[in-house]
Amino acid sequence: MDILRRNNVTVTGSADGPVVMLAHGFGCDQNMWRLIVPALAERYRVVLFDYVGSGSSDLTAWSPERYSSLQGYAQDVIEVCEALGHEQVVFVGHSVSAMVGVLAAEAAPERIGTLVMVAPSPCYLDDEGYRGGFSAEDIDELLASLESNYLGWSSAMAPVIMGNPERPELGQELTNSFCATDPDIARVFARTTFLTDSREDLKKVSVPTLVLECSQDAIAPREVGAYVHAAIPSSRLVTLDATGHCPQLSAPEATAQALLDFLGAQR
Amino acid sequence: MSRVDEEPEPTGTGDEAGTTAAFTALLEDSAEELYESAPCGYLSTLMDGTIAKVNATLLSWLGLECAAVVGRVRFTDLLSIGGKLYHETHFAPLLQMQGELRGIALEMKTAGGGRLPVLVSSVVKYTSGGEPLLIRTTVFDASDRRAYEQELLRRRQEAEQARAEAEQARMEAEQARQQAEADRGRLADALAVLQKSLLPDALPALPGLEAAGYYHTASPYQLGGDFYDLFPLDEDRWAFFLGDVCGKGPQAASLTSLSRYTLRSAAHHAPEPIAALTTLNTVLHERFTNGGDPRYCTVIFGQLEPQPGGHVTVRLASGGHPSALVLRADGTAEFLPTPGGLLVGILPTAPFATAETTLAPGDTLLLYTDGLTEARTGPARDSLFGEDALRTFAACQAPATAQELITALSGLLESFGDGLDDDTALLALGVPTHPPTRPATNRPG
Repeated sequence: MDILRRNNVTVTGSADGPVVMLAHGFGCDQNMWRLIVPALAERYRVVLFDYVGSGSSDLTAWSPERYSSLQGYAQDVIEVCEALGHEQVVFVGHSVSAMVGVLAAEAAPERIGTLVMVAPSPCYLDDEGYRGGFSAEDIDELLASLESNYLGWSSAMAPVIMGNPERPELGQELTNSFCATDPDIARVFARTTFLTDSREDLKKVSVPTLVLECSQDAIAPREVGAYVHAAIPSSRLVTLDATGHCPQLSAPEATAQALLDFLGAQR
Repeated sequence: MSRVDEEPEPTGTGDEAGTTAAFTALLEDSAEELYESAPCGYLSTLMDGTIAKVNATLLSWLGLECAAVVGRVRFTDLLSIGGKLYHETHFAPLLQMQGELRGIALEMKTAGGGRLPVLVSSVVKYTSGGEPLLIRTTVFDASDRRAYEQELLRRRQEAEQARAEAEQARMEAEQARQQAEADRGRLADALAVLQKSLLPDALPALPGLEAAGYYHTASPYQLGGDFYDLFPLDEDRWAFFLGDVCGKGPQAASLTSLSRYTLRSAAHHAPEPIAALTTLNTVLHERFTNGGDPRYCTVIFGQLEPQPGGHVTVRLASGGHPSALVLRADGTAEFLPTPGGLLVGILPTAPFATAETTLAPGDTLLLYTDGLTEARTGPARDSLFGEDALRTFAACQAPATAQELITALSGLLESFGDGLDDDTALLALGVPTHPPTRPATNRPG
C-alpha cells in the first residue's frame, strides 16, 4: 500500500532542515496548518498529512475497527514516518492529535523526538478532581446530536462548502475537501475523541514537550492545559493570547512564533 | 384601460403627499427598528467571538437580556455542546478560510434550558486593508425544519427496518426452499430404493435364452405401478411375468409388491399360466374388492420350455394386458393376440386368454406396459404412439437380440420427451442365433 497516497502526505520547506510533522485534529484536515507553514518552512522540513477518513485521504483504507481507538491514528503517524524514513521528528498535534502523538512516541520512540501539543486534552469528560470541560450530560447530548446527524456535519453540509465563487483563489479542490467529512466516519472519530481517557498515557512521555494552550478555549479549558503540563515533567507550558480551539487559525503568527521559540531552544 | 364614460380621476399634489405619508407610516422608517424587529436573529461579533451587537428578535428567542449578552459572552457560549464543538472544529476554520458560510445547522441554548434549532449564516467584514474586523451573523429559527427532518429521519429508519425485515423474510424463504429441496431429494432417493425393490436386481442367466429388461420412471417423486420378473420353475422350465397395477404412489407400490410375490409363489404351486393368474385374481379380489376398495392389475404370465434344436416354447396367459409382440429372425414382427382376458382382481372369477408360440433362434418376444403405446407423439392429447407404430418400429429392428431390442426401445422412449408421462416396463426374451458360451444376463435399466 502506498502510505504517502493513503494519508495524502505533503512535504515542503527546507530540504535539509529538521523534520516537523503537523497533525490535524477532529474536524478538518492538513489545511488547518496553512497559515503557519510558511513561517516554519524557512528552517524546517514540514510534513503534512490527513488521517485516514479525513480530508483527501484514501477513504477505502478506513475501517471502524482500526479508527475506533487513538492507537489506530497513532499507527497512521508511525507508518507515515516509516514511509518517509524520518526519525526523531518534531510531532505537532492539534487537539486530539496531541494525544495521538503521545501514543506514537510511546509505540515508536525512535520516530518521535519532540512533542508539541496544541490545545490538548487527555480527557474531555469531567471527573473527580479533574475538570475536562464536559459533563456527562454534555457528552450524552453531543453523542446524541452526532447520532441524529442534526448538526452541520450531516451530508446537508456538502452544498455549503461546494466552492466559493467570491474567492476563486481558494481553489475548488481545497474548498471541496476541507472539512468535508463523511458523516459516518466523523461520528466514529468524534466518539473516539470524546470518549477516550488518555490521562494515564501522559505519564509515559519522556521527550521534550511543548504544551501550547489558548487563553480562551471552549473545548480545552485552561485547567486542562495545566493538568497536561503537570503530568509531563519534561514539558513547557505556553499560553497564547488567543480565542477558540484553533490558535493556528485565530492567532497564526503567535502560534508559529511560540513553536519556533521552543524548537530554537531545543537545538 | 380607460373609462371614457367617466370623469378622469382627480389628480393633485395634496393627494400625492398624503399617499407618501401613509406609506411612510406603514413602512419602518427606522433602520434601527428594522434591525431589532427583523423576522430573523442578527448578531455581530468581534473576531474572537465576543458578541458586540445582537437584535431583539434573537434575544427574545433565547430569553436573554441585551445587557447580559453584549460584551459578556461569545457566540459559542450560546450554542449547545454539539453546536459548540461543531463551531470550533468546522464552522470557525471554514469561516476563517472562506470569509463566509451559509445555512449551517446548529443548536442554540435558551434561557429556559431548551434547545433552539437554527440555521446560521455568517460573513466576515474586512477593513479596507483586508484585515478581518468582525463577523456578521444571521440566525433563522429552524424548529419547523428540524421537526420535518426528524420526520424524514423517522421515515427513513422505518424504511430501513422494513427493508431489513423483507431481507430476513427472503432469507427464511430461501432456507425453507433449500430445506424443501433437500426433503424432495431424500424422498426421491427413498422412492428410488423402494421402486428398485419391486423389480429383480438382475435378470437371471437362462440356458439357451437371452433376457433384457428396462424400467422408465416417469417421476422421481412418484412410485410407479409397473413390474416384471423372470425366474426358474424347475431344471428345465422358466416363468416370467410383466404387469401394470392401477394407480400410482404408495398404494400402487404395495399392490405391485403383493402381485409380484403372489405370482411367484403361485407359479411354484400351479405353474400353468391360467392357474397363476387365477390365484392372483382370487388374492386381489378377496383382499381389496371384497372390502369395497377395488384394486386390480393387468398382467401377462408365461412359461418357457426349451425344445430340441435350440427352440423355446412360450405359453402365456393375459389378464387384460396389451398383447405381446414377437420379432422373427426373418425380419417380421407380429402380435401374439390374447383377446378377452379380464383385468385381474375385479371379479371373483375371471376369464383369461391364452396364447402359445415357439421362438426359433433369432426370434425375440417383447412384453411391455401401456406407457409405451400411450406415449404422446404430438401436441394433441390423443395423438398417441399406438400399437401399429410399435409393430412397425419392431419390424424395422427385427431381427434383434433381446438387448438390441431393449436398447432401441429405450432410445425410442427417450425420444418421446415430455410425451412419456407414465412409468413403462419392458421385458425382452430372445433365442440367440448361436447359443452363447455363457448365458447372458442383464440388469434392468
